[in-house]
Amino acid sequence: MSVIDILSAIALLGGALMSLAAAVGLLRFPDLMSRMHAATKPQVLGLFLMLVAVGLQMRQWALLPALLVAWLFQLLTVPVSAHMVGRAGYRSKHRRPELLSTDDLHSVVEAVVDGGAVIDGGGGAAKAAPTSAPTMNPDH
Amino acid sequence: MSGMEWVGAAVAVILTLAAAGTIYRIAVGPSLLDRVIAADVLLAIFGAALATEMALRRNTDNLALLVVLSVIGFIGSTAVARFVSHRKEDA
Amino acid sequence: MRGSDQGAIWRALLNRLPLLAWLVVVWGALWQDFSPGNLAFGLLISVGVSSVFYLPPVELGGRLNVLRAVVFALWFLKEVSVASIEVFYWAVVKGPRISNAIVAVPLRSRSDLLMTATGHVLSLIPGSLVVEVDRGTSTLYVHAMNAPTPESVEKVRRGIQDIEARLIRVMGSRADLAALKREAAANVKESP
Repeated sequence: MSVIDILSAIALLGGALMSLAAAVGLLRFPDLMSRMHAATKPQVLGLFLMLVAVGLQMRQWALLPALLVAWLFQLLTVPVSAHMVGRAGYRSKHRRPELLSTDDLHSVVEAVVDGGAVIDGGGGAAKAAPTSAPTMNPDH
Repeated sequence: MSGMEWVGAAVAVILTLAAAGTIYRIAVGPSLLDRVIAADVLLAIFGAALATEMALRRNTDNLALLVVLSVIGFIGSTAVARFVSHRKEDA
Repeated sequence: MRGSDQGAIWRALLNRLPLLAWLVVVWGALWQDFSPGNLAFGLLISVGVSSVFYLPPVELGGRLNVLRAVVFALWFLKEVSVASIEVFYWAVVKGPRISNAIVAVPLRSRSDLLMTATGHVLSLIPGSLVVEVDRGTSTLYVHAMNAPTPESVEKVRRGIQDIEARLIRVMGSRADLAALKREAAANVKESP
């Protein structure tokens, strides 16, 4: 095995281990949010290592932008879907207060619900609107 | 078996274990969102398998598929998350 | 009046340029063909796509420090690697006994772009995730893993403000950068 082969072997095994990390996290963590962390994030490093291995084996400059774009797509999409799932999880019954040492958001949500304002967040931006409906429904 | 073939076998074993774990999580749930996350991970494991195949056999046939996979995973989990926040009582 | 109108048009074009450039690069990368003809056709398609599926304009900070951006990319890779292994370790060792926190992190900048970028970067680094955003006060509500004590919560908060500081140095507006420098100078005076 050449040096390049050894490097790509390390990258491939590391990438596979990151998938395993996600699976172990999914099985071991107690609540949705922790599983979320374990599941989506190690894949960023995992895919990076896998693409490094592909690049090392192919050694073509024309391929480099394609690999970079494949990774950048993941960088752009992972946080958004993680935020959407995490937010839906927090707002539905998945909040497990006994697993949180601090919850700065809870008091804010309570105040907003009592005050009768709506936090709207199509895509993460929140704005307080002086409307009458005391709900946390994101779709207004 | 040559060195790279051993690496391929090891990666296959690790990915199979990981896929088994995620499928178990999809099966037991307990909630829809847990299953969505697990399905997302399963998709990422497929992507890892595709990339490994490309590296070991030295082709780039599946690179576009890899990009499409990550976009499909994104659309899927985002759509379900929206759906869940619509009807949160039975999420 | 004419002059300012033209200025506005140029600024609008300049604001659209990064999106167009990104779309052209994606086009070229997917075809694995960066010949001028293919790129020109890609540009045509990106102009068409970005006009038909019009997105709200992004207000850019007006500066980009390339050297800082490279440093940031390397730091980001290191941080993602370390944190991925950390989460793996917690999954194996702590498992069900993990203790998390939701932390309110006030940011310095009022810019939407910087707030989005900070949230994006911290969501990519394992162990932290944006749950909710308050745009009016530019506060991020971050879910952080393994933060059982108030000290660790404070550490998470400082870590995220450090990400924002790095991003301001890469692409923040001049006003944000000046504010950051003043803050750094004040910190040096306080703790000699």
